[in-house]
Amino acid sequence: MLELTHDIPGEALRKNRHAPGLLSSVLTILGRFAGHATPWIIPIFLLLIWQISSQVGWLSSRILPEPVAVVRAFWALLISGELLMHSQISLWRASIGFALGGGLGLSLGLIAGTSRHAESLFDSTLQMIRNIPPLALIPMVILWFGIDESAKLFLISSGVFFPVYLNTFHGIRSVDPALIEMARTYGLAGWPLYRDVIFPGALPGILVGVRFALGLVWVLLIVAETISAQSGIGYMTMNAREFMQTDVVMVGVLLYAALGKLADSVSRLLERYLLRWHVNYQRGGA
Amino acid sequence: MKINPNQSGQNKTLRFAQNLFQNVSAIDQNGVGAGLNKIKKSFGARQVLKGIDLQIQPGEFVAVIGRSGCGKSTLLRLLAGLESTDTGKITFTPEQHDTRVMFQEARLLPWKTVLDNVALGLKLPGKEAKQIARQALQLVDLEDRAAEWPAVLSGGQRQRVALARALAHRPDLLLLDEPLGALDALTRMEMQNLIESIWQQHGFTAVLVTHDVQEAITLADRVVLIEDGQIVLNEKINLPRPRARSDVAFAQLEEHILRRILNQPDFGSSFNQWPFKSA
Repeated sequence: MLELTHDIPGEALRKNRHAPGLLSSVLTILGRFAGHATPWIIPIFLLLIWQISSQVGWLSSRILPEPVAVVRAFWALLISGELLMHSQISLWRASIGFALGGGLGLSLGLIAGTSRHAESLFDSTLQMIRNIPPLALIPMVILWFGIDESAKLFLISSGVFFPVYLNTFHGIRSVDPALIEMARTYGLAGWPLYRDVIFPGALPGILVGVRFALGLVWVLLIVAETISAQSGIGYMTMNAREFMQTDVVMVGVLLYAALGKLADSVSRLLERYLLRWHVNYQRGGA
Repeated sequence: MKINPNQSGQNKTLRFAQNLFQNVSAIDQNGVGAGLNKIKKSFGARQVLKGIDLQIQPGEFVAVIGRSGCGKSTLLRLLAGLESTDTGKITFTPEQHDTRVMFQEARLLPWKTVLDNVALGLKLPGKEAKQIARQALQLVDLEDRAAEWPAVLSGGQRQRVALARALAHRPDLLLLDEPLGALDALTRMEMQNLIESIWQQHGFTAVLVTHDVQEAITLADRVVLIEDGQIVLNEKINLPRPRARSDVAFAQLEEHILRRILNQPDFGSSFNQWPFKSA
């Protein structure tokens, strides 16, 4: 068997590929690099225009600080530890709010999806509440919870609840009845049926809800942190606005973007792992 | 180094079949018997089964044929316990029995590996269940695909996994609901041979619903024709196994049953009959 591996056809091919010479391989590497760089061309171009127009004086630093100033502000905040402190508290609020709202949405979605009784009991009520934008509740929320942490968490979790609830519900309802019937003929019922068939079948739907909710978390967080907070990225930016520190404001904005991107990447990874059986997520797939 | 893959596959299948069923032959060499007594079943205003009487012997292979919508699938679903009868009774002897169904689609759980699909519903500790599942996969010659997702398998391979899943439970009654209907002709014939050999070694009772007369004659001890909710033909097939489609007796039998389905008399050239009759 070992001797056989010496003259497998792949080996010869691999040697051949290097043969055509340095120039073509340099071109291939450049081509590959260009492929990766393409999405960055426009952002870098915009950044350059931004920097140049600030330096020349077309843009007042009150309107938009130059990129270098934003980087300097970022560095200063990082050194002083403020940045980390504010990011931590924002991340904490986002996680707890997401866990509360998402957890509740998941549980109620699973219950309503599984039982028709539960659906008729509370689904239409929830559909009614769903149509109230969470941000419209801010005055009431301040009256109910005051202006401390619980108000912010309530706002975030109530916004996150609905996408998770709705998608879980529809995920459960869209599980192939043929698979459930098959599982029943194989003696599965109750918890094993739920664990092996219904829940995994609903998972693609649930994950859509999770990603949607993660997008909402940041929107709600920004609003929640601008209503009189003493910490968090939102507080930091609002505070900087008072003192016309546009560079710090920009740092806050970019930080939100980074955290949002981070959450999205985490949920993508989660999707890739949990749905690895799915054709679309297999190697070579999207 | 290379052996004819077909031959090695067959040998392997046979060897593992012997291994697997040596262990269980003492337990369930004979399948379950079933008696259907004046079975009626309606869906809404439409009566699908209009009084079916049928005796199935333990270990018998019965094929139920008929046009689409004649009620043959409903009959199978009644036997499987997926539907209940309106009137009439189905009695099984012995009453305690294990029924497994193979559907037209493989119905594999896409989020479980091939091995875990086969082990589905086995009421054994994980390790033993996997052991049994692996043996069942060997039986259909797909052991090397055990760790893969069903999505990467071909249609024929998926049906073989579904067969392995049914066999892992060592059923007394195997119900086959047109399981080969969606397969190409070659894969179909391979699957027929596989089902026949496993049935011969295991000795379970099998009921196959199909609209393919040739398939019914190839596999079954008895062919039952259902028309408009009633049994109109109950034909014993006494040809020796394995049955060759080119055999004269086979062809005559096929012709006979086909004519009965198409409501044609058993004589004269078929070209003078509907639908070949010229205006």
